[in-house]
Amino acid sequence: MQDVTITVMDREGVSHELLAPTDMNMNLMEVMKSYEIAPEGTIGICGGMAMCASCQCYIESDHKLAKKSDEEEAMLAEAFFVKENSRLGCQIHIDPNLNGLKVTLAPAEE
Amino acid sequence: MIKTDILIIGAGPTGLFAVFEAGLLKLKCHLIDALPQPGGQCSEIYPKKPIYDIPGFPEVLAGDLVKNLMEQIKPFQPGFTLGERAETIEKLDDGSFVVTTNKGTRHQAPIVAIAGGLGSFEPRKPLIPNIQQFEDKGVEYIIRNPEIYRNKRVVLAGGGDSALDWSVFLTNIASEVTLIHRRNEFRGALDSVEKVQELKKLGKINLITPAEVIGLRGVDHLDGVLIQHGETQTEEIIEADHFIPLFGLSPKLGPIADWGLEIEKNAIKVDNALDYQTNIPGIYAIGDVNTYPGKLKLILCGFHEATLMCQSAYQRIFPNKRYVMKYTTVGGIDGFDGSRKEAPKSVIKSID
Repeated sequence: MQDVTITVMDREGVSHELLAPTDMNMNLMEVMKSYEIAPEGTIGICGGMAMCASCQCYIESDHKLAKKSDEEEAMLAEAFFVKENSRLGCQIHIDPNLNGLKVTLAPAEE
Repeated sequence: MIKTDILIIGAGPTGLFAVFEAGLLKLKCHLIDALPQPGGQCSEIYPKKPIYDIPGFPEVLAGDLVKNLMEQIKPFQPGFTLGERAETIEKLDDGSFVVTTNKGTRHQAPIVAIAGGLGSFEPRKPLIPNIQQFEDKGVEYIIRNPEIYRNKRVVLAGGGDSALDWSVFLTNIASEVTLIHRRNEFRGALDSVEKVQELKKLGKINLITPAEVIGLRGVDHLDGVLIQHGETQTEEIIEADHFIPLFGLSPKLGPIADWGLEIEKNAIKVDNALDYQTNIPGIYAIGDVNTYPGKLKLILCGFHEATLMCQSAYQRIFPNKRYVMKYTTVGGIDGFDGSRKEAPKSVIKSID
């Protein structure tokens, strides 16, 4: 299986090119965690259940992503720092179409 | 002062299972948890969601796992201090520890096992510039005593069960109830949503959606909230005596971070080669709250860590007692309540 390249701007404004496998049933939050893009405990806190917004990202490229589920919509409605292009990283499944995706990790909630 | 053998901080699955393993060694446990019910994240965040990697359970709902653990540890009569957060720790001359909660409840034990998961759950505070200025002066993140809202004008914000349920509840107490949410849709139990709908029609709840509270007004005490309507972007002041933002809870390591324990990656460093003890002898950390090379935050790993911790705790408490681990199938279970469970004896009988 091929890997895809995803560019992530971290919370300090540093850009990272991440190689993400498409055959491990991973999501964007998990990819960011595997590269330690943000300290443990500040990303993916709920484990990927769309029940916190610690993996909130702004989608900066015009990739066509799968629609938000009701759960993701509801969580984003209660999250902070939400913008038009906000998504929860844990709800973005890594597949070959995501090659070249660019995202910015939203600020951590205090 | 509550006295016990092992004081467990955190009543999630790991902390609960530690009671069982301690019980097998005749050690008594007491648990402290900031949440009002045992079960930690399993009860608070995802009680209705299935878990597939508990050995022996092809599928179990998180809430049911907690229920089963509570049943399993019942014979060992654990004590609970719930709804209170462990705040400070001090070491006495005899080597034992005293842990005091935010409500002043004191607990003493020779062994402290921190099973605090991701930390204690604290309310999420909305990003309103002057909100801190009004905390306890009209802004409350948790409803502790509903009576303070009697005949007051109350504005609630949020889109989940607690925002819905409290709005309904407060219609019988407050003079005015306004519920503000960023979307038209709510995420809650169906009957909660329907009840709010009904009360809105009756004019008992002033429902404003989509809208957001963006500012607070008042001199010494809150007297109004500034809201922005989602569709028109227009702003409006709503007169209010209280503003209650209910945006759920998020875990914070909290005061434990200041106990002098070695912290790495927002977790407590432990000795995983031996017994999950921290840098302070007598204090252990088990489950999601700890870290060591190769750590996995899994419930099943927490169970293992709890088991080894208890063996080490036993040796600390009774340094001169010889003991070897005994299988429950062999030894049975003797509860502190006098109950006994044991494997039925096989029949030895000759066949004529």
